[in-house]
Amino acid sequence: MSTLDEAPPFFRNGPTPFARLCFYVACALILFILDLRFQALNTVRQVLYGIVDPLRIAVQTPVVLADTGKRYVLDLKKTQAENQSLKIAQLKAVPLLNDYARLTAENQRLTTFLELQHQAAAPGEIARVLYSARDPFSRRIYLDKGLRQNIQRGSPVIDDKGIVGQITQVYLSSAEVTLITDKNQALPVQVTRTGQRSFVFGLGNGLVELKYIPINTDVRPGDLLTTSGIDGVYQAGYPVARVTEVTHDSDDAFARIVAKPLAEVENQALVLVIPALTPPPRPGESTAENPAQTPAASTAQSPSRR
Amino acid sequence: MFATNQSTRILKPAHTGFILASFALALVLNLLPTRQWLFMPDWVLLVLAFWSVREWRMIGHGSAFWLGLLMDVVDGAAFGQHALAYVLTHHGATWLSRRMLWFSLWQQALHLLPLFLGATGIQIVLRMLAGGDFPGWVFVISPLVSVLLWPLVSFLLLMPQFQPETRDDNRPI
Repeated sequence: MSTLDEAPPFFRNGPTPFARLCFYVACALILFILDLRFQALNTVRQVLYGIVDPLRIAVQTPVVLADTGKRYVLDLKKTQAENQSLKIAQLKAVPLLNDYARLTAENQRLTTFLELQHQAAAPGEIARVLYSARDPFSRRIYLDKGLRQNIQRGSPVIDDKGIVGQITQVYLSSAEVTLITDKNQALPVQVTRTGQRSFVFGLGNGLVELKYIPINTDVRPGDLLTTSGIDGVYQAGYPVARVTEVTHDSDDAFARIVAKPLAEVENQALVLVIPALTPPPRPGESTAENPAQTPAASTAQSPSRR
Repeated sequence: MFATNQSTRILKPAHTGFILASFALALVLNLLPTRQWLFMPDWVLLVLAFWSVREWRMIGHGSAFWLGLLMDVVDGAAFGQHALAYVLTHHGATWLSRRMLWFSLWQQALHLLPLFLGATGIQIVLRMLAGGDFPGWVFVISPLVSVLLWPLVSFLLLMPQFQPETRDDNRPI
């Protein structure tokens, strides 16, 4: 050993490459398990994202600008047509809007009468989709709004046609949305025609699957699935998907039901982030025990990371 | 022009700033919204492999590991997924470097094919162990494109080292 200590600096290279390899492979595997099993690394993720964030903004600003510019130059006809149809749609909506105030008041009276929890109309935050994650295993998109705009973890994300997904990670000026087509994303829904409640899970290929429906239940292709609201995250009644395929397999106690999301889940540009509902206290659980039950805290378990 | 067995050139030493800049550029390319194009290579991996072959004294396992973590965060992947792939690629590329540089650029690229395939493969295997589905064979395309880009990337990244201080046709620098 003494000869090694006396060796000139040129010969001292530290641990062998193989030892280093083993060390870093072990580190990577430990991180992998910590992240996937225990979801313990969110702070580290935020710090690292903070490092890349300026770079990301620098990269994506020109892309966004070019996109806007292209639309500005090329899509005049399309915009005019869109404007026309929007005007017509608004005109058609006038009677409904006029009726809205009356209906809200009536609804308020009825809910107090029935002692139901009042569901306030949710103000939302409009966000632009920046990019989708390159990881082939997850269906996620990134938005340009984050902690600065008070986006909270667990909030639902919708577009004009239905539910897109749920915020699973919030950074300083961006947020990560796990789409409803992600394999680990579950969403409680209701078949509007029959009132049957169940869950949809992402299939990972742009479709969702309605699970835990016994084979003798009446579900047909074309049925509309809406949020059931029992999870305390999504308001009830948002459209989610339309059933496209029902397969009955006698070997299985449940039917295999595939549905197509109504929202343009995988290729939209603008979305709306709405605050999650605060779930009512569970039976036997007094509200005094957890006074600070914010939507983010209470739904932290429901968006599982992958 | 390259340092193959036919080369008569002696290269200038690589500039640390240039190495850092190349990694930054690779990260930028990876950040571009190109998810729909499955053929897009992992630019960071490609640049990492290049510097691991050329300058393995400057780029260590640690740099590969941290770059991997950054990519995990940017991609929304599980922590350690890219890190593991990058560390293994770095180790393999360093190990190959003494042999590889005697071959022509296309033969070098061929040496790297198993490395790049392995880097994608290990990520897929990791995620399948964690309960993911097999994403399909299309993910072989990206490593193949990386291999095809090797000569171009080598040419571009070696450019500054080919610039002599003063021009002299009789001197091999």
